[in-house]
Amino acid sequence: MGEGTVASPVKPPQGIRPTMSHRARVDPIRLPVARTAHEDRSFWRTYIFSTDHKTIAKQYLFLALFMALLGGYLVYVMRWQLAFPDTSIPGFGFVGPETYNALTTNHGTIMVFFVAMPILLGAFGNFLIPLMIGARDMAFPRLNMLSFWILFASSLVIMSSFFVPGGAAAAGWTGYAPLSARTEYTGVNWGINLWLLAHALEFASFLMGGVNFLTTAITMRAPGMTFFRLPLLVWQQMTASVIFLLSVGPLIAGAVMLLMDRLLGTSFFVPEQGGDPLLWQHLFWFFGHPEVYVLLMPGLGAVLEVLAVFSRKSIFGYRWIIYSTISVGFLSLIVWAHHMFISGMDPRLAMPFSITTILISVPIALIVFSMILTLWKGSIRFTPPMLWALGFIVMFILGGLTGIVLGSAPVNIQVHGTYFVVAHFHTVLLSVVIFGSFTGIYFWFPKMFGRMMNVPLSNLHFLLTLIFFNLTFFPMHAVGLAGMPRRITNPLQYEFLQPVQSLNVYITLSALGLTLAQFLFLINFVWSIVAGRKAEDNPWESATLEWTAPSPPPHGNWGDTIPTVYRGPYEYSPPGVREDFLPQDLAPSARSD
Amino acid sequence: MFLNWLPENVSIHGAEIDSIFHLIYYITLAWFIVTVGALIVFALLFRRRDGQRAAYITGDRLPHAAWLLIPTALVLMLDLWIDFRGGDAWARVKLHAPPSELQIQVTGKQFNWEILYPGPDGRFGTPDDLQIDNELHVAVNRVVGLTLKSKDVIHSLYLPNLRLQQNVIPGREFHAWFQATKPGVFEIPCLELCGFGHSGMVGHLIVHTAEEYDKWVKEQWPAPSSPLKESDQP
Repeated sequence: MGEGTVASPVKPPQGIRPTMSHRARVDPIRLPVARTAHEDRSFWRTYIFSTDHKTIAKQYLFLALFMALLGGYLVYVMRWQLAFPDTSIPGFGFVGPETYNALTTNHGTIMVFFVAMPILLGAFGNFLIPLMIGARDMAFPRLNMLSFWILFASSLVIMSSFFVPGGAAAAGWTGYAPLSARTEYTGVNWGINLWLLAHALEFASFLMGGVNFLTTAITMRAPGMTFFRLPLLVWQQMTASVIFLLSVGPLIAGAVMLLMDRLLGTSFFVPEQGGDPLLWQHLFWFFGHPEVYVLLMPGLGAVLEVLAVFSRKSIFGYRWIIYSTISVGFLSLIVWAHHMFISGMDPRLAMPFSITTILISVPIALIVFSMILTLWKGSIRFTPPMLWALGFIVMFILGGLTGIVLGSAPVNIQVHGTYFVVAHFHTVLLSVVIFGSFTGIYFWFPKMFGRMMNVPLSNLHFLLTLIFFNLTFFPMHAVGLAGMPRRITNPLQYEFLQPVQSLNVYITLSALGLTLAQFLFLINFVWSIVAGRKAEDNPWESATLEWTAPSPPPHGNWGDTIPTVYRGPYEYSPPGVREDFLPQDLAPSARSD
Repeated sequence: MFLNWLPENVSIHGAEIDSIFHLIYYITLAWFIVTVGALIVFALLFRRRDGQRAAYITGDRLPHAAWLLIPTALVLMLDLWIDFRGGDAWARVKLHAPPSELQIQVTGKQFNWEILYPGPDGRFGTPDDLQIDNELHVAVNRVVGLTLKSKDVIHSLYLPNLRLQQNVIPGREFHAWFQATKPGVFEIPCLELCGFGHSGMVGHLIVHTAEEYDKWVKEQWPAPSSPLKESDQP
């Protein structure tokens, strides 16, 4: 079906005759937006400075994939150095400790702020929120464009920091003061200033994005799309936005204070003049921990959508998941000091924070149980997105459980600051950023680009990623328990680490395998965009609204009418209907005959 | 399999920390096996078969919701168990230090541990104080009190064999304690990124037997008086 024709939202299932009643309603306010699809737009307005939420989503995705290559290159240098200390690294050369610290710092910053957030919030949120709620675009399309371009500027700033005298920021991605507050402690001057500037721009970008997400999801839902008919992904994007908006303010204040300490000689965090280094840690983690859940929520959302579609079953306990999501959001704001058990804060604070930390596992566990129970009595199709979703659950359970070890204050004494922490947060965060993102990308690719991805190549990518992921991060727990400190350049400097050096070599080789496996995705991705098989509007037979639009949807998403919603998002295999799913927009009268 | 990776514990409080680690290890291992086992079994059991439809279960209301709520309640109980066990151990290590028999001051600076001994008079700030960088000499089975400081940035004193870690922050003073149960030499890495020399910032804890320790004290302070006054520290 051509662009601009009045789209039939979905091919009606056999035996069910759709009525015209739900299409007859023309929204006079939104109609002009749809008509713009017919207008000729310049190359610049269509592909570069576009206000179309789908184009912006793709821009976030492409930027994130590019930054992932950069972040991956940094970690390649780091892992090589750890396995074969002080040897020349192919494609880099020798890496000194100053450079190594800059690599760890920027690997963390880039992967969290320029890869994970742009994919999980920027790409998924932008692409899916309007399509899933039945809106023609975001509430503030120009603000949306501005959000992306500010993030783009921010990524230029962080990349340029590698080329200023003194090199890039080298005080850790957490930027603990006073190391980060005075140039003489690291020898890095403009590197850290630019690092802070990049954060400021990043936060501004996602603050505007969060406002846009919330406004869109609350005010622009299609007729009939009540809150309890929203797909869980929308709920989770909304919760993520709220947590981000609530938690980022204190860190913005902290970042400004740190910048003033550096540039104006103030002393918010430098103790010699009355500053408090712990204040920075509180401000950082007050944001930093909720940030983990900001990333987790959209990943969970993507996985839940996929589980329902490919189990051909309703999500088990839709409402319980919503309540759990909100509880997680609230609890995530009061767990931050578990990063600081041994930081020197009042030790009496440890137990309250240990309790909230371990309690947050309760609603998270409920969501995991619900995912597993969704499979019960399903009719499971092992498509590529489904494999990634199942992989996500396994890795997320593993990463979540090791968090209990760290969340227990007395055990934290032993493992804090070791590779156990690195192993834990890579397992749990990459379950979201790798497995969650690929679940979403493989699932919504047909809608985004109008073409299907190659299935055997997708399956091979999944298999190799799953294997190398575990070969990389599982032994890292052991290295951490043995006491290997984070952020060291050369494990051979420590006698007690000699026995684990062979494991370090093994981890590095596995990490190389994990990195190489991702090129299978890149090849498949690029090839499928250009030459993949054309996708139908609803290739997965999914019930949610985004699949009622053409693939790919035109500017304005639907033709003259937006869909009207009659039911919840997961009506799979309902009794008394021949087909095994009921699209959200199928009028009930169509079922009666 | 992971239990053996922890370094040998040679402190009096370490066994309790290890036992909580073991508790968490077995609880989480069991959960992992049960949940991932269920996932795999369900995925295989309910794979697509021709002519077979999925069941229609929303799980929002009882009795179906009980399948969600009962395991969740179990998680809550296990969580509380771990927390209550942990609370006691934490208090013993970090809140209620026993009176120390040896008092030593450790100061982190880029990129050394400056270790200051009070000398025979048992007091800091007197002429018999002795500073030795990166060597912490103590006697076995004696309660050692540490005064921890930093001169520049945040460092973290880590004694993996003693299950002891404490960050040190410039401008403040912290107290830690331990009682080693076995003589030997153990490394003291810095565990908080502190600059370009962070990697390799490592001291040594030398736990002497009682006789060796007396001998070491006599070598450092050849005076006839008693090496350290005991139990009169603040």
